[in-house]
Amino acid sequence: MADPVLDVRDLHVALHTRRGVIHAVDHVSLHIDPGETLALVGESGCGKTMTALSVIGLVPKPPGVIEGGQVLLGGDDLVPKSDEEMRRLRGDRMAMVFQEPMTSLDPVFTIGAQLMETLLAHRAISRADAHAQSVAMLKRVQIPEAERRMDNYPHELSGGMRQRVMIAIALLCRPDLLIADEPTTALDVTTQAQILELLRELRGEFGMALLLITHALGVVAEMADRVAVMYAGRVVETAGVEEIFANPRHPYTKGLLASIPDLADGQERLATIPGTVPNLLHKPPGCCFWPRCPIAEARCRAQEPALAELAPGHQAACWKASA
Amino acid sequence: MLRYVLRRLALLVPMAFIISIVVFVAMRMIPVDPGELVLGPWATAEQRELARQKLGLDQSIPVQYLRYVTTAFQGDLGRSIKSGKEVTELIRATVPNSLMLGGTALALAYLIAIPLGVVAAVRQNTLVDQGAMGFALIGISIPNFWLGLLLVLVFAVNLRWLPATGSGTAAHLILPAVTLGLQYTAIVARMTRSSVLEVLRQDFVRTLHAKGLRRGRIIYMHVLKNAVIPVISLLGLHIGGVVGGAVIVETIFAWPGMGALLVNSIIARDYPIVQAVLTLLGVAVLLANLLADVLYAAADRRIKM
Repeated sequence: MADPVLDVRDLHVALHTRRGVIHAVDHVSLHIDPGETLALVGESGCGKTMTALSVIGLVPKPPGVIEGGQVLLGGDDLVPKSDEEMRRLRGDRMAMVFQEPMTSLDPVFTIGAQLMETLLAHRAISRADAHAQSVAMLKRVQIPEAERRMDNYPHELSGGMRQRVMIAIALLCRPDLLIADEPTTALDVTTQAQILELLRELRGEFGMALLLITHALGVVAEMADRVAVMYAGRVVETAGVEEIFANPRHPYTKGLLASIPDLADGQERLATIPGTVPNLLHKPPGCCFWPRCPIAEARCRAQEPALAELAPGHQAACWKASA
Repeated sequence: MLRYVLRRLALLVPMAFIISIVVFVAMRMIPVDPGELVLGPWATAEQRELARQKLGLDQSIPVQYLRYVTTAFQGDLGRSIKSGKEVTELIRATVPNSLMLGGTALALAYLIAIPLGVVAAVRQNTLVDQGAMGFALIGISIPNFWLGLLLVLVFAVNLRWLPATGSGTAAHLILPAVTLGLQYTAIVARMTRSSVLEVLRQDFVRTLHAKGLRRGRIIYMHVLKNAVIPVISLLGLHIGGVVGGAVIVETIFAWPGMGALLVNSIIARDYPIVQAVLTLLGVAVLLANLLADVLYAAADRRIKM
């Protein structure tokens, strides 16, 4: 098997705030192979975005500190790299698409200028070449009248079009890794489907690895090869996409899957996971999920379970899962 | 864009009329008999009445205003009561001086203030930031008549580096321009700083970092262009203020500008000069605001003209 594009090993990122230390990314390990899509799933505030930002080197410092672990991009550890080295990698070998297309583009520069400057920052090419490549990429993300759109300002485009522009910017330098942080959350349903379809096509065409951050399990089912479920800064379960839907082992994953509304089932009330995400400033001892867990027992309150291999490629961090 | 500017310029005409009417009526409300000013306190009642007739002051105010406007359109704004000089000549002599002083003061202010504000914002809460904002606080707090006197004392009287009063050379321009510009420097620096801080928090800045752009390009191209937009609206106010508001500074440094002309004419109750200068200043403020609006729309295409 090919070496993974991204291999995150035991990454630990803490936020040193005035009120205490928050372990936003708590000893997380992930890997993504070329052409593969890993979905990172979890509730808001569980550390998904912080994990992505630490990969791409944009953790706000202060208050963020990378306390330990490795982030290997093509076998090369990014954690010890200087700001300038990271800048050269960003937008070139790895790129990121953000959640909010309405505010992610600079409102006072044209689409064309924002595309071209990305190429010019990483490639020694002429402005004419940068222009031509930018137009080609706009066409590739199916923006009609690409040539004319180059002179448009972001406010002249719809949300879906802006997200296409964001994807075009991310892919200009043909990155090995694309991180998409809730790329469709802010869009309406039909546009969401189009953007997902586009991402799937482009992933196949460019053979890049895709780290897809989402809380929408429908998106996961449609896009992902493998899934990592995060809770309170930790990965609590990881498995292939079919395995996780068919055979979830962690009670949190089970709860997430049960909360998908099922119209055929005729349920009257939507299933929810009782309680809320724990305050990361005061993590409970033991398994961080036990206060909300329907099957917690004494051991769960005392000892934190580690990720354990339950089946080939299927790991979960739960005392009761291996039983 | 061009249509918008033309429409705004057309709107200037009625505005200018309104300004001139207000100024004209206000001048007639002042309870001083210009006849007495011309002839002195020992003139007889008949002499004064004769002078009033000569000046046209025996007519009703609307008639006086009509006569004033018709002659004004022929390029004649009347004569100074005191010196007998033509008002148009007096204004023509002072306008270039006012523009030079105001222009220099504002150019100096904006060229210093914008980089200062950006640096303070980028290095927020460091010594650089605190130093810059301390300077800005002092700049806003010092009244310019006091600053002017202080600068004269230090640079003209003690050090003898620069002339204290007068005009004609670049050296003459320095002290009044600094005195006039300091307050604007301080206001613009503070405005730029808070505007840059606000822009730095926006989502698109993170996108720019994610694209792998250099920090310098992000700050001095993207953030700066976004951040100067609110600063431009200040420019309109400042141009208006600097043309008419240089009164005190012009008086301190005996700078032959419109402000000094205005003050001296008010003291002398020389109403033909006062009404002409005030009307002109009003129009200048309108033009400055138009300029600011055009710049505003050019910088931010979301603004529809």
